Amino acid sequence: MSDRPFDLVVIGGGPAGLAAASQARQLGLSVALVDEQPAPGGQIYRAVERAEAEGRATALGEDYRHGLGLVRAFHECGATLFASHQAWQVEPGGRVFATDGKASRLIEGRRVLVAVGAIERPVPIRGWTLPGVMSVGAAQILHKTIGLVPDAGVWIAGSGPLTLHFAAEIVAAGGRIAGILDTAHGRLPETALRHLGGVVRGWRYVARGLGYLARLRMADVRRVSGVENVEALGEGRVERVRWRSGGQWQEAPASGLLLHEGVVPNTHMTMAIGCAHDWDEAQKCFRPRTDRFGMTDVEAILVAGDCGSIGGARVAECRGRLAALGAAASLGVISAAERDRLAGPVEAEVSAHGALRGFLDDLYAPAAELCVPPDDVMVCRCEGITAGRIREAASLGCRGPNQVKSFTRCGMGPCQGRMCGPTVTATLAAALGMTPQEVGAFRIRPPLKPLRLGELAALADAEAGE
Amino acid sequence: MIREADAIVVGGGLHGCSAALQLALRGLRVVVLERRHVGRHASGINAGGVRTLGRDLAEVPLSVLGMAYWHRLSELVGDDGGFTPCGQVKVAETHDELAGLEKRALAVRSLGMEHERVIDGDELRRRVPAIASHCVGAMVVDGDGAADPYRATSAFAARARSAGAQILEGEGVVGLERQPGGWLVVGERGRYRAPVVVNAAGAWAGRMASLAGDEFPLKTRASMMLVTERMPPFVEPVVGSVGRALSFKQSSAGTVIIGGGQQGRADLDREQAWVNVANLARSARAAAALFPVIRQARIVRSWCGIEAETPDRIPIIDHSPRAPGIVHVFGFSGHGFQLGPVCGVAVADLVTRGSTTLPIAPFSARRFAAAAKAA
Ligand SMILES: Cc1cc2nc3c(=O)[nH]c(=O)nc-3n(C[C@H](O)[C@H](O)[C@H](O)COP(=O)(O)OP(=O)(O)OC[C@H]3O[C@@H](n4cnc5c(N)ncnc54)[C@H](O)[C@@H]3O)c2cc1C
Ligand SMILES: Cc1cc2nc3c(=O)[nH]c(=O)nc-3n(C[C@H](O)[C@H](O)[C@H](O)COP(=O)(O)OP(=O)(O)OC[C@H]3O[C@@H](n4cnc5c(N)ncnc54)[C@H](O)[C@@H]3O)c2cc1C
Repeated sequence: MSDRPFDLVVIGGGPAGLAAASQARQLGLSVALVDEQPAPGGQIYRAVERAEAEGRATALGEDYRHGLGLVRAFHECGATLFASHQAWQVEPGGRVFATDGKASRLIEGRRVLVAVGAIERPVPIRGWTLPGVMSVGAAQILHKTIGLVPDAGVWIAGSGPLTLHFAAEIVAAGGRIAGILDTAHGRLPETALRHLGGVVRGWRYVARGLGYLARLRMADVRRVSGVENVEALGEGRVERVRWRSGGQWQEAPASGLLLHEGVVPNTHMTMAIGCAHDWDEAQKCFRPRTDRFGMTDVEAILVAGDCGSIGGARVAECRGRLAALGAAASLGVISAAERDRLAGPVEAEVSAHGALRGFLDDLYAPAAELCVPPDDVMVCRCEGITAGRIREAASLGCRGPNQVKSFTRCGMGPCQGRMCGPTVTATLAAALGMTPQEVGAFRIRPPLKPLRLGELAALADAEAGE
Repeated sequence: MIREADAIVVGGGLHGCSAALQLALRGLRVVVLERRHVGRHASGINAGGVRTLGRDLAEVPLSVLGMAYWHRLSELVGDDGGFTPCGQVKVAETHDELAGLEKRALAVRSLGMEHERVIDGDELRRRVPAIASHCVGAMVVDGDGAADPYRATSAFAARARSAGAQILEGEGVVGLERQPGGWLVVGERGRYRAPVVVNAAGAWAGRMASLAGDEFPLKTRASMMLVTERMPPFVEPVVGSVGRALSFKQSSAGTVIIGGGQQGRADLDREQAWVNVANLARSARAAAALFPVIRQARIVRSWCGIEAETPDRIPIIDHSPRAPGIVHVFGFSGHGFQLGPVCGVAVADLVTRGSTTLPIAPFSARRFAAAAKAA
């Protein structure tokens, strides 16, 4: 059933996965790359080849064009691409099951690199489940793939580089938005001072951020800073947005609300595999425990890019190359000395691109009430479970998310806790006076994303000769 | 400090909690020691099938008596555990299979029991309109049904607590020491003493038994399940199959739960089990063969639970053959959920009276003595 075992199966064709695949091919490994998107590029360089063909890549920025080089190098490297294939189960020994939407297939690797990127942090505010409220990331995907631009009544609320980046992207594409509600509570000058070294070394990124701001000012986009307690209001869909700033409640009409409070590593796959994870207090998320080369505590499994630790696209690319070195060395293709020699310059690049991380983490740390929402706020949308119900379960003796789930159905719906997981852990930890590490996370079980029963049965149909 | 009790139950699954409830109702001071939390393992995550249909003939009498507890669960534990008597159906896809069911029904009737009934294809389609058109008939039991496993197990625990039992979660038993007049039970956190210890440790019951000096030839089962997203109601009873490993039911929430005993991989030391995708695909294929519409349904999760299996696939419910004061209740081999309520009574009888009038003779611990010695 399996075509043949590859030396390395890479899951995820973002900067981390693409760079890893090319590097591994250079070292002589046989490589397969699996990505659920129709074309390689990942989150940031999504559909980059199409945008280039349609002449839109320049508008999307210089970074976007950098991605084009990465994608082209990948196409030339001789790796086997399984595009439009979603990996829904990875076994600790290196077997990967993926579906193209019709049937599942087994792709076997001696090593597997998990490079599935980041997901947006959940933003459980009052009214977030109303139609018309969506994440900035989802809106960006609509823009990058089908060129959809939000209408002029849409507000953006949140913090993190992506909110500014996206707003600037929309303005550059000729769109308009109602305004930006900036919830960053780290004060820019103070935070910058505390991370002065990083800010200086990461000046190119800082300059870019300031550039976005300037562009938004020029386009006369309303920007409210120091915003707290954003709420979406409306009957049947979002009609108004309400917030507090400078101690005052304010309200404005809204035809849509886009939320974003930064991204966190997508750890579903590594958790399902059984890799050890640690709580990262700075980024307020779990991440897989790895060495310099992204090797996890499970021998065949490596991690690179934002699913290991949020570092941005350039860092992801470097981490991908390091993981390829790690995989090659662990398969005995190169010596440890050779690996370390090749790793040196890549690691220097990581620290250059990653200089700003501490500053960004501090500036954009999510507000406490977003991690641990008040009682009436919906946490699990699939099953309609509020934060209050989670606290109630805690008071009835539940000591972890899995117990809360058995108790309340929280996390049992189609998304299987992919959305609410971090909020459940944080809420429970706060209620019990424990750390998120002690409380733990939802147990993740296959399939990693909903899979039609027929797509699974196909594996057995094949075996039965159908 | 050593905590004294009249009986100590190891394991907070359905069997441990049921035994604890019955003992507490009889006035004993009971302590339950559960390494994780109540319902963490097989009892909280099984298919919830409450089935007398098609059981091993040795289990039929106890299982049929046990049904009465399910029908009156609210009276016993103050909650119905999500039990619905939606019936169980075992489908025949060929006339040979149907003939086998007829033969089986006769055998059960010769034991003096009438609960299993064979129906033809028309009646099958009337009861289960979504069933694949090639199916020729089925065996049915109308009073059988399904319950919510975690809710039912929690209800037994809650009722046992209110009857005075102490259930200590997060307390794993690591040692057993024989003492004059009873046993010293050594936990990870504390020490406990009682004249009687009930071994209801599920998949780990063989290890508990070893601590008491008993060796049983057990295997570990790692049965898998999968669940789909919600669908509009389309099947009422729980459906099994003569020729395929399958149990198929739609929950009140609308999700479809598919099991049937396909095996994953268990690791007793890590207390974990892993899904085996190739085997899971066989379950999916079996389900699709009987319910073609299900191919389009989206699976949201699969999982795997662990349990002890005996060589003859029926449990051990008995005093220890060589360690006085130890009562074993384990080895349910994939179908012990339905037996939980009644087994609590049987175990309480063994503890308080030394014997029981319930039909548990086939579940003697001695039947494996020869095998264990040879091993
Ligand atoms: C919503 C969102 C928007 C972002 N926008 C920007 C931006 O505009 N500018 C910026 O600088 N940074 C942005 N980032 C951050 C940026 O994406 C990352 O820094 C960078 O892309 C990380 O690269 P990566 O290779 O680790 O992961 P990604 O680029 O995210 O690549 C992961 C790839 O894995 C694939 N994948 C995931 N799961 C599976 C699976 N189960 N099976 C198969 N394939 C799978 C995904 O389709 C994706 O192609 C954004 C992040 C997010 C989450
Ligand atoms: C996937 C699956 C589907 C099933 N479907 C059905 C069905 O439809 N119908 C049916 O009748 N049966 C079914 N069964 C079988 C049924 O679930 C079991 O027979 C029954 O739950 C066993 O209950 P138990 O209390 O003996 O074991 P468990 O529920 O496993 O409880 C044993 C407990 O002992 C604890 N423990 C173990 N060692 C120690 C120690 N040293 N110290 C302290 N505590 C310890 C464990 O943590 C555990 O909680 C199924 C089983 C599985 C796995």
